[in-house]
Amino acid sequence: MLGYLDRELSGRVRPDTSTDRSGDPILVGRLEKLDRRRFLQLTGAAGAFVVAFRVLPAEAMQPYPTGASGMPNGTVSDPHVFVAIAEDGTVTIVAHRAEMGTGVRTSLPMVVADEMEADWARVTVVQAPGDEPKYGNQDTDGSRSLRHFVQPMRQCGAAMRAMLEAAAAARWGLDPKQVKAELHEVVQRADPSKRLGYGALAKAAMAQPVPPFEALAFKDESEFRYIGKGEIRIVDLHDITTGKATYGADVRLPGMKYAVVARPPVVGGRVKSYDASAALKVPGVEKVVEIPGSTPPAKFAPLGGIAVVADNTWTAMQGRDQLKIEWDDGPNGSYDTTAYRAAMSATAKQPGKVIRKQGDPDAAFAAAARVVSAEYYEPHVTHAPMEPPAAVANVTADKAEVWAPVQSSYGTREDVAKLLGLPIEQVTVNVTLLGGGFGRKSKCDYVQEAALVSRAVGAPVKLQWSREDEIHHSFYHTTSVERIEAALDGSGKVTAWRHRSVAPSILSTFAPDSGYQFPIEYGMGFVDMPFDIPNVVCENGQAMAHTRIGWFRSVSNVPRAFAVQSFAGELAHELGRDPKEMLLELIGPARIIDPKTAGMPKDFWNYGEPYEEFPIDTGRLRHVVELAADKAGWGKALPKGEGLGIAAHRSFVSYIATVVHVKIGDDGAITVPEVTTAVDCGYCINPERVESQMQGAAVMGMTLSLYSAITFAKGRVEQSNFYDYEMARMTRYPEKVAVHVVPHPFPVHATGVGEPGVPPFAPALANAIFAATGKRLRDLPFGDTLS
Amino acid sequence: MTIDFTVNGRPVSVDAEPDTPLLWVLRDELRLTGTKFGCGIAQCGACTVHLDGQPRRSCITPIETVAGSAVTTIEGLSGKEAEVVQDAWRALDVPQCGYCQSGQVMSAVALLQEVPKPSDDDIDGAMAGNICRCATYVRIRQAIHDAAGKLEG
Repeated sequence: MLGYLDRELSGRVRPDTSTDRSGDPILVGRLEKLDRRRFLQLTGAAGAFVVAFRVLPAEAMQPYPTGASGMPNGTVSDPHVFVAIAEDGTVTIVAHRAEMGTGVRTSLPMVVADEMEADWARVTVVQAPGDEPKYGNQDTDGSRSLRHFVQPMRQCGAAMRAMLEAAAAARWGLDPKQVKAELHEVVQRADPSKRLGYGALAKAAMAQPVPPFEALAFKDESEFRYIGKGEIRIVDLHDITTGKATYGADVRLPGMKYAVVARPPVVGGRVKSYDASAALKVPGVEKVVEIPGSTPPAKFAPLGGIAVVADNTWTAMQGRDQLKIEWDDGPNGSYDTTAYRAAMSATAKQPGKVIRKQGDPDAAFAAAARVVSAEYYEPHVTHAPMEPPAAVANVTADKAEVWAPVQSSYGTREDVAKLLGLPIEQVTVNVTLLGGGFGRKSKCDYVQEAALVSRAVGAPVKLQWSREDEIHHSFYHTTSVERIEAALDGSGKVTAWRHRSVAPSILSTFAPDSGYQFPIEYGMGFVDMPFDIPNVVCENGQAMAHTRIGWFRSVSNVPRAFAVQSFAGELAHELGRDPKEMLLELIGPARIIDPKTAGMPKDFWNYGEPYEEFPIDTGRLRHVVELAADKAGWGKALPKGEGLGIAAHRSFVSYIATVVHVKIGDDGAITVPEVTTAVDCGYCINPERVESQMQGAAVMGMTLSLYSAITFAKGRVEQSNFYDYEMARMTRYPEKVAVHVVPHPFPVHATGVGEPGVPPFAPALANAIFAATGKRLRDLPFGDTLS
Repeated sequence: MTIDFTVNGRPVSVDAEPDTPLLWVLRDELRLTGTKFGCGIAQCGACTVHLDGQPRRSCITPIETVAGSAVTTIEGLSGKEAEVVQDAWRALDVPQCGYCQSGQVMSAVALLQEVPKPSDDDIDGAMAGNICRCATYVRIRQAIHDAAGKLEG
């Protein structure tokens, strides 16, 4: 059916991204000649499709549906919510998503400013508190901010511009069509010397009715001042470089106390008994507070333990060192990741729960001339944002106010209200800058701790996690074994693919653990595997969680891309093929994959996006492979001990390919002189921040590949700080990261950027190391020196 | 005990336990929160300040050792090297989350004060103690070279 739709509507409804590979702007047709009934006939009006196109006169922006409508509290585009104009002309724009380094606090207000013809130099950005009914969804996660809010923010800006024009027209006694907004002023079209500034119009403009979407005139892309240009610097740049920017622990309230917490070393453990007498003797320690423990699945509830409250952070830490606590470890006290890995590996050798089945894989394997198989391993990982979790809370009898670096401000507000038994209206969550998030700060356990301690001491409290706390008490990226088998026929064609994934699930943090993953994890590089292979089976083996499993930047895409893309490299070697050509052959011809004929599950999760708008387009995947390879000089001769490796992966509905150039020193040291990344993230709103995200993803990929491993023994995390949970540093990072963004016009929907740069790095590096040395690495992390 | 020293040119007198790290005195007592806590054991560099002109990790610097010294934090950074470094950082839009950047800037300024035209190896040596988890190293290195160029010109 998808193929039918494409043929019928190509060039009329959707951009035909499958034919244009030149990078030139793609002509996009419109739906004007195709009425709704005809459209339904064309698509067969089948239940699988939600008809979401709107029939509109030709204009500069046609709306398209996104997964935003399926998110709690959806989207809001009301200028009264997001824009304020002062009489001096200062335009204040609300940033409602959390800033953790992606640039969203700049990029979304920039979209509003552009559509409303505001002068960016006269724009001030303010951060919204957690209030989704007012602002729309604020859960800053899943690389969704631009993808879900570029349209509402354009609408907001266009409406504000129309209101300013209407106000000016009314003052002049003209028709609004006779005036035009232009860089912070409204001018008369007939006499451009007649101008009114936004400040002078502010009050009257805000009194205008907000025009509905249908009445709005959107800018043409050629009229954008800021969108798509990459010339706007982040709004916090000056404050960051002068030390004035405010992060979670930088908030200070009058009479504030300082707290740190000793938490159970094993998840699900409890305080059996404790003696705080020595802690209370430390000068400056004022009180200890027991925080109740939680039994998994406990969502983001605190782990429990003993809080030490003092007159400054250091004293609180000194007091904590003096606590004598006996713990009851509970059922996870025997968690051992070495044994667990062996168990996952054994499970992966057995048939699992079938999640995707296409064709007849069993028959194809039975008929195979040979079978290639490999198993890939990734340990637990933790986020290690440079800012460890911290929060300030002020809880009184009937109210609570918190200041915290949180990715989900409204989720935090709901959790704190529930924890304290307060109506949500009595809880305020102020969002500071986040000193890195990577998924850790989606989970507000640290804010809940601060609220509990503040209530217990009857004063405002700043609760600080140490680096050791952060590494010992995270919501860990899952550990996984990914086993792939391929059946080859006599001519070297891949006739069948079997992928078994075994990994404890994030779901175990929210619901009783079945040991099986859920659609969101299946959708991340597992059942959406895009290779053109006739027989495919994806199986999930059981793996029970023994710690808190959470999401980490790119989530399950990290182990899946590592496995699938390394395996593509292994097949190339097995068949004596060039790895890039092998990869392209596996991807197959440019096409839109039909989830149904591919045997994908009925509840296939497409990053929450409507499939017909954000389908798996192998043409776009092919294109980034070609682009990255071309820019990296694929095939060039390299000295001994050097090699190129390639990997490509679709995640967060974006397409990324990465070529890593590796150099192995005489001592085996792994260095990466150059990384080349090609990104297709649809319409690119802020190319400068896209580049910075891709540069950062390459370096984080280097850290993941070489160093990152959280191991458990007796239920306890064995790492503590940056000396045993290492990061890539200035001495060992990819020195050059070239980023190539595939240009698209606005109708090619903007897609995720914050996460998708990470997954291709590790397999590209593994493939490069193989090219350089003949050594195939299947276990993450590799270490920074080959043995 | 009472410890007297200067911070950003201003004399201060602090009453603290002698082993209290300078970091917590700056943040909790003197309200200079531009200096960040990252690891507490001199592994990440987020807490870098200048002590009598030398870069120091304030998280492991006991306050008693600071008596009589001049401490400069990101809030009080000034001079030609500071200006070119901060300008280069802004021109290249270096920060992502920004949390480590106070320490990065402090280390970079100290490097240029010592070596006005650093090589890549010089930069590695001076900056390897500063971790950036967002991984802005690509731009940091370029910004330091750009800043050095401005110092020359």
